[in-house]
Amino acid sequence: MSLAHRIIPCLDTDGQRVVKGVNFVGLRDAGDPVALAARYNREGADELVVLDIAASRDRRPTFLETIRRVAAERPELISELSLEFGAQAVVLAIDAKRAGGHWDVMVRGGRESASLDAIEWAKKGVQFGAGEILLTSVDRDGTQMGFDTTLTSAISRAVSVPVIASGGAKLPQHFVDVFKEGAADAALAASIFHDGVQSIRTLKEFLAARGVEVRLSC
Amino acid sequence: MRVTIVDYGAGNVPSVERALERLGAESQRTPSPDDISKAEALLLPGVGHYAALVRALDEQNMRAALIGAIQRGVPFLGICLGLQVLYQSSEEAPQLGGLDLLPGTVCALPSNVKLPHMGWNQVAARRSSRLLDGIESSAYFYFAHSYAVRDSQEASAATCWHGATFAAVVEKHNIFAVQFHPEKSGDAGARLLQNFLKIAA
Repeated sequence: MSLAHRIIPCLDTDGQRVVKGVNFVGLRDAGDPVALAARYNREGADELVVLDIAASRDRRPTFLETIRRVAAERPELISELSLEFGAQAVVLAIDAKRAGGHWDVMVRGGRESASLDAIEWAKKGVQFGAGEILLTSVDRDGTQMGFDTTLTSAISRAVSVPVIASGGAKLPQHFVDVFKEGAADAALAASIFHDGVQSIRTLKEFLAARGVEVRLSC
Repeated sequence: MRVTIVDYGAGNVPSVERALERLGAESQRTPSPDDISKAEALLLPGVGHYAALVRALDEQNMRAALIGAIQRGVPFLGICLGLQVLYQSSEEAPQLGGLDLLPGTVCALPSNVKLPHMGWNQVAARRSSRLLDGIESSAYFYFAHSYAVRDSQEASAATCWHGATFAAVVEKHNIFAVQFHPEKSGDAGARLLQNFLKIAA
């Protein structure tokens, strides 16, 4: 009996449709959010992440992007949210990109460096009260080359809160790797689920067979 | 029978309302001490900071009404913080007192595991549980918390483990409470809420 590793489909929506970009740009239609959410619920998804990215189409910062940038400039915002809503409600999203021997925190849709070290920023975010980290590898996002297990492991081992790994998933083995080598608590993917490349149920059976604790009954 | 949901201005009231709606149950959300006093069944949902809940109960004069109703035998279901507030106090806000209807205190889970305890976990029944009736022992429930009541011998009907053993399901007379979120726990959670509705009917 122990906490199950979570599989989380991500729905990036423009307000009406689910959309998907590669390396944060080049959006394409990927389906109806309600129909996809119902399917993922049936297949045994552990959580759903819904991100409203309409703003990037409208050329204004998204709510999430705004929070992300404000948080980077004024980390006290994290404490204020945490005290009001509880740490479990505050997820710090970090978009990280390799820069030589470390990872930079990226803002503005992954295009601009915030000049912060991702590991230091993650630690600081947790000190300020973030209850979870949604960690996206900007290098891997949309590439289907697998999660960045090195990045995920570095962040996961540096902080005391759960880490959701994101960016680069395609094969079931990628998920085994990010849980076992990356020490991720949850793994998030979008297009492979939307396009039916990977069924959540089959993926979970694959993980269970390889000794990764997952929730199969549902 | 109508379920009165104690609305203290935070928490996840809409999720709970929708879960009851899916079961065909009638509910009303209210911050009014009068409504709480007249309730046929009470539900106290909770997500957030212990202090926010306790302050709201006091500022909106709900504490006495809630304690009174529970002591009169009104069926009560506490969820997450709604479980924690039943005890004497919590390490999350040591200066504030809980409802003190159950013996024990709320403690932080140990720091050798990732906190918050977030996601799906299984529970181990200690004795026959009316809330868990008809639910498979392998079922998973959705948790989101950093504080818990460490394995209180007296009242806990089922426990869970995350760094330490803690109360997951509490049942004592008309007091029912769960540390997880049945409203977010799929079929098993729906069955648990259904069981409470049956008990309260």
